[in-house]
Amino acid sequence: MKIRVYQALLTFACVSLAIGIGGGCKRTGQQEERIRIVGSTSVFPFAEMLAEAYEETNPGVEVDVQAGGSTVGIVSVRDGICDIGTSSRELRDAEKHGVTIIEIARDGIAVIVHPSNKIDSLTKAQIRDIYAKKITNWKELGGDDASIAFVTREEGSGTRGAFDEIVMGEGTRISPSGLVQDSNGSIREAVATSPHAIGYISLALVNEKVRAIKVDGAAPTHENLAEGKYPVVRPFLFIVKGQAKGQVKEFIDFVLGPKGQEVLNKEGLLSPIVK
Amino acid sequence: MSLTKDRLVSPVLLAIACFSIAALFVIGLFIFVEGLPIMMKVGVWKFIGSTDWSPLEGKFGILAMIAGSLAVAAGTLVVAVPFGVGCAIYLSEFASKRAVTLIKPAVELLFAIPSVVYGFVGVLFIVPFVREYLGGAGHGFCILTASFVLGIRVLPVIVGISVDALQAVPKVYRDGSLALGATKWQTTTMVTLKAARSGILAGVILGMANVIGETMAVIMVIGNAVVMPNSPLDSVRTLTSNIALEMGYAEGAHRQALFATGVVLFIITMILNTLTRYVTRSRVRKKK
Repeated sequence: MKIRVYQALLTFACVSLAIGIGGGCKRTGQQEERIRIVGSTSVFPFAEMLAEAYEETNPGVEVDVQAGGSTVGIVSVRDGICDIGTSSRELRDAEKHGVTIIEIARDGIAVIVHPSNKIDSLTKAQIRDIYAKKITNWKELGGDDASIAFVTREEGSGTRGAFDEIVMGEGTRISPSGLVQDSNGSIREAVATSPHAIGYISLALVNEKVRAIKVDGAAPTHENLAEGKYPVVRPFLFIVKGQAKGQVKEFIDFVLGPKGQEVLNKEGLLSPIVK
Repeated sequence: MSLTKDRLVSPVLLAIACFSIAALFVIGLFIFVEGLPIMMKVGVWKFIGSTDWSPLEGKFGILAMIAGSLAVAAGTLVVAVPFGVGCAIYLSEFASKRAVTLIKPAVELLFAIPSVVYGFVGVLFIVPFVREYLGGAGHGFCILTASFVLGIRVLPVIVGISVDALQAVPKVYRDGSLALGATKWQTTTMVTLKAARSGILAGVILGMANVIGETMAVIMVIGNAVVMPNSPLDSVRTLTSNIALEMGYAEGAHRQALFATGVVLFIITMILNTLTRYVTRSRVRKKK
């Protein structure tokens, strides 16, 4: 019986301690300012780096970054669930109402093939025909006699949206018989393991397991991207409701300023074109 | 002290039981409330009878996914039933005690391996193997690959229930058959298997329900193309992979259509589960 009493006391002590600590945290948390960022999975890793860099120089601010997709980012910021929404595609006209759009960087979309593939360069029209299933064999493009496995992202993805807009254009749809993978990483994996596959991923995520080909004669290099020679480029956007104010504005200024841009450039992204 | 405890046990456990029923009810209600409106708007028959799935253009047809799920389930059964039932017969009728203590836990352990690991192994080994030696439109990401991966995954379900069913056959049946001069194999195929038929069938149906609900491993190996299956080497999309693939980005009608996909999945799984119960109940009745 005695042991029981001790146990009960101990439990009580632990619980009250936990509540005390929890409550304490909450109180300090309220003093700290918080910026909530939600949106594109492509922007996510870069937004996290920016958040870290910003928190270093501004100890009183907590920047909370979550990934959910470009569409989620746009909807969340409109509904006031977050302070900044991120998108890796241009907004549709219906989505532009009541929000301010800030381009923070530009990212190339690399068209990738297996390293053993002989094809080194394709035109935008050829890539479109592959994804529309008008060209089905590498032979037609001067490669091996093998059928093409084209890998795409799922409906709703920002990368797919941008690819659709830039490469497919109006009126041509990505054929439903393409293989579908749900992230840049899994497309890269699928292409890296299939000798006759083609896919598209964020340029910053290309590694030695796949090869990025030239599009319209231009290799996806920084120079070509900066000079506008490489055609498959998409914007990374921050979206705020109305106008940015206070801490949110300061964060955006930091991102657009030299320190923020340095972080992004180091990761292979391009600075936005100053208008 | 202990008496009051005893009196408390029953209502507390009842409350816990009610909670699980409530969870089922709430989940069911939630999917239907979210999913039915879009089904009504598109038209139920158009929703489940069209193969055109372009959610961003407002075209919601999931026939290709229904066919995909059924094709994968059928393929899996072709792989899993011979292996599963064969293994169960060995364990129940032929194996020594030592072999049983070794094999049975090993088979059960197969179910403890996370789904994503099956998918990973599938992508790394089975997909390239199928692509290299069989080719096909899916380049290795196909129904056949998924059937192999899931066939191994549901093996424990089929083996477990089949062993139980076989062991529930009274010993006198076997003794009688053996006494009449039948060999052990004849006894197994003509007497024991027949008596355990409905139990094994229940295991197979339950396995099939498991396959249709399987998500992660399938997404990784099946390629997810939205087309009607024409060959085992085609890439298809299943109902579960459709939901999991697109949930992250979906909003508005697209999101509702994914819930509606869930409604269809819910109904198919319900039918299979009810079928399992029906099959096992008729067995119990026969025994009496």
